[in-house]
Amino acid sequence: MTQKTSLIEPDARTRRRNAAEKRFRAYGAVAIAIGLGFLVILLTTIIVNGRGAFQQTFLSVPVYLDPAKLDKKGDRNPEDIAKVSTFGYGPLIQAALLEQVRGLNIDTPLTDAKDMKALISASAAAEVRDVVMADASLIGRTVTFNLLASSRVDGYLKDRVSRVGVERDKNIDAVHLDLVDKLRDAGVVARSFNLSFITGADASESRPEQAGMGVAILGSLAMMAVVLVLSLPIGVAASIYLEEFAPKNRWTDLIEVNISNLAAVPSIVFGILGLAAFIQFAHLPQSAPLVGGLVLTLMTLPTIIISTRASLKSVPPSIRDAALGVGASKMQAVFHHVLPLAMPGILTGTIIGLAQALGETAPLLLIGMVGYVATNYPDGIGSAFLDPNSAMPAQIFEWAKRADPAYYERAWGGIIILLVVLLSVNLIAILLRRRFERRW
Amino acid sequence: MSEHITSAYDRDLELVEVLITRMGGLVEQAILNAASALEAQDEEAAQEVRHADRAIDALEDQLNDEAARIIALRAPMGVDLRVILSVIKISGNLERIGDYAKNMAKRTTVLAGMPPVDGGVAALRRMAREVGRLLTDALDAYVRRDVELAHEVLKRDHDIDQMYNALFREFLTFMLEDPRNITPCMHLHFIAKNTERMGDHVTAIAEQVIYMVTGTHPDEDRPKSDSTSVDTGVPTA
Amino acid sequence: MLDSSHNVIKIAAKNVQVWYGDTHAIKDVSVELEDRTVTAFIGPSGCGKSTFLRCLNRMNDTIEICRIEGDIHLDGQDIYDRRVDPVQLRARVGMVFQKPNPFPKSIYDNVAYGPRIHGLARTRAELDDIVEQALRQAALWGEVKDRLQAPGTGLSGGQQQRLCIARAIATQPEVLLMDEPCSALDPIATGQVEELISGLAKDFSVVIVTHSMQQAARVSQKTAFFHLGNLVEYGETGTIFTNPVDKRTESYITGRIG
Repeated sequence: MTQKTSLIEPDARTRRRNAAEKRFRAYGAVAIAIGLGFLVILLTTIIVNGRGAFQQTFLSVPVYLDPAKLDKKGDRNPEDIAKVSTFGYGPLIQAALLEQVRGLNIDTPLTDAKDMKALISASAAAEVRDVVMADASLIGRTVTFNLLASSRVDGYLKDRVSRVGVERDKNIDAVHLDLVDKLRDAGVVARSFNLSFITGADASESRPEQAGMGVAILGSLAMMAVVLVLSLPIGVAASIYLEEFAPKNRWTDLIEVNISNLAAVPSIVFGILGLAAFIQFAHLPQSAPLVGGLVLTLMTLPTIIISTRASLKSVPPSIRDAALGVGASKMQAVFHHVLPLAMPGILTGTIIGLAQALGETAPLLLIGMVGYVATNYPDGIGSAFLDPNSAMPAQIFEWAKRADPAYYERAWGGIIILLVVLLSVNLIAILLRRRFERRW
Repeated sequence: MSEHITSAYDRDLELVEVLITRMGGLVEQAILNAASALEAQDEEAAQEVRHADRAIDALEDQLNDEAARIIALRAPMGVDLRVILSVIKISGNLERIGDYAKNMAKRTTVLAGMPPVDGGVAALRRMAREVGRLLTDALDAYVRRDVELAHEVLKRDHDIDQMYNALFREFLTFMLEDPRNITPCMHLHFIAKNTERMGDHVTAIAEQVIYMVTGTHPDEDRPKSDSTSVDTGVPTA
Repeated sequence: MLDSSHNVIKIAAKNVQVWYGDTHAIKDVSVELEDRTVTAFIGPSGCGKSTFLRCLNRMNDTIEICRIEGDIHLDGQDIYDRRVDPVQLRARVGMVFQKPNPFPKSIYDNVAYGPRIHGLARTRAELDDIVEQALRQAALWGEVKDRLQAPGTGLSGGQQQRLCIARAIATQPEVLLMDEPCSALDPIATGQVEELISGLAKDFSVVIVTHSMQQAARVSQKTAFFHLGNLVEYGETGTIFTNPVDKRTESYITGRIG
């Protein structure tokens, strides 16, 4: 009689097997932990480094809008007021700050209004001018402005600029920094939330404090709109044709293989293609989101086609048979039954494709959207697509290249915005998927 | 025919064959023993025949049960269905034949205390032997699924009937000759009638064999050569 | 009294051959299927009964490597004539499949789909009538009349199959083809569907492919036995199962190998 093994007591083989399984599970847990660890490190680094970009230093200064300087004729004529350039407003602001310093009894060796220049951003004058141009009645009054502080002041408050390095700095010195300290204590200088980082336009190299992502965001959105409107219908239609209607011969196989290969082509190749086809051959405007969108469409099409085909294939053939059995034609079967069932998969593929396109920089390189400093808001839909612009990842790349350390912070801030946009796109996709899936 | 995919089905059918063959053997034996007992006027042998009939009845019950079981569990079709239907009917026929043999034995006991009738018993023994042979052939036809043999059996029943007709007239003559012969002749007549009925049942068995093998019923009328129902009894000199 | 329409020939197939690529799946099959009769196709796996069934409504057209020769006539008209639109044919010859496959829509929409795409109803009220009629004929109306908007996939297996039957008969086909309709159902649901089939035979011709000889015996009036692509025997169901002519039929129905 064979020896019966006890159910309660595991034998050696079972023990070894259990140990092996435990080890495997441990490996899995470790792998996940490592992955999570990297994710945490990544997110922490991004947030810590980019957080600062959302706050900017402002000076709260009451400025006397001297009519003698701004409106010499005294008749508040808009044309005449417009003639006064920022060069006229600059001294006004600096004088106002100096007065404020004196008024607060702050002890400082700086006595000239011009000395204040180092503290104020060069763009502050333009801001004040814009306000006055919009409302001429303000001339003659004293209005408190929140003026953008200079980049160095901002850096000092964010600990980017330290007392140690300031000796070699051309833009600011220790005396100014002392003043800044005292102004801060007095509540004149403060950091506050900087909405213009998200909404504002890009700035030149020397004015990091003014730089914003706004225009680049619009550029990206315009491109995404082009990609969505073009690649989704074309990709889905091509996929349906290949899956349902194309005859199964060698030509079709060839096409399918090549589409799969296209998905693996380096994205910069699409940039070259875009340059040749859209800019040089079709003479579309350079650096335009329309062209960027077209290039990215080419890049996204293979992804959409492949994922759509997979979704279509996953629809059980019994549904198709049922539709045909009731007397539906092939088109009716596909559009009434197969396509709705394949929708979640198609949507997922589209979102993946869009998210990929959102983050691409290399193809935009050759059509001129990288390196283009996006300083102007597009005015109107037409110009949104046709005027030169940049895109979010391109903008980030630009900022990372610039010498000023303030831009470094802004690059990280840009990454945060990019991630937030990507997350929201994904969320929309998940919601849409849920909605489609719940229907049946 | 090749074997069933379900081997248990084949085993079930084999069992039924065994039972029928066994039953047939017992009935053949009963006929022989009853005929011998009658001729030898052996009361003890007659008692044994009566006793042995119980086994035959039990086999019929067993065969019916087996057939019901096979129908329920195997859902027989085609030739298998016809086999089962035939088995049910053949076992019924065999049981009746067995009963007639038992009856013969019973009357043997009665006849033992009566004056013998000339040649009556011997003729009966011959008739019984003939029926016994017919039964053996019918059962052979069943086992071998031999349609020709079955047809032959159908024809030979004619002889049995003729024998009965002859005996009927003989007994009438005896009864007319001597009134003291009436009682024993009546018993002998019943025995003769029962033996003739045995033959009819054997015919029925042969017909079942034909149906089982071919799926059609034999269309010739069963040879009914028994003319006694129209015999007026007036002796033809 | 024997219904004379029993002997009207609905589908006449002559010398039908089917090739799947190089495989000769159906070899020279000729059979005449009667109207208002349930005909069963039986035979071992791979004998071609489902293939032949699918020829009757040209479902084999969807398979690229399938090639068909021979004639199949519905009411005297060749269904493989070049002028025949298979889509229209399938409205007249409906099909129910092995695994219940209701559309992922409401019960109402499932049944209404066929009539909608064939334009059988002009108003919503007419469509409602068609749906109700079909569901009644499929013996499902009582169970679903209060929840016509519920998804068809939420029904039990037996109910789903009856829904598929209702869907197939909603286009008022003349012939109903059923490919092993009960093989995915439990015995009670099977019984309900079989009862339904017996009732349908009053108005339609039904051809049912089945693996179960018991089912063929219970439900059909005529039976065709297929073997290795040949039609071996075709006749009254009672005769086929008690006294078949061909030895191969006898072997199959008695459960013998070879």
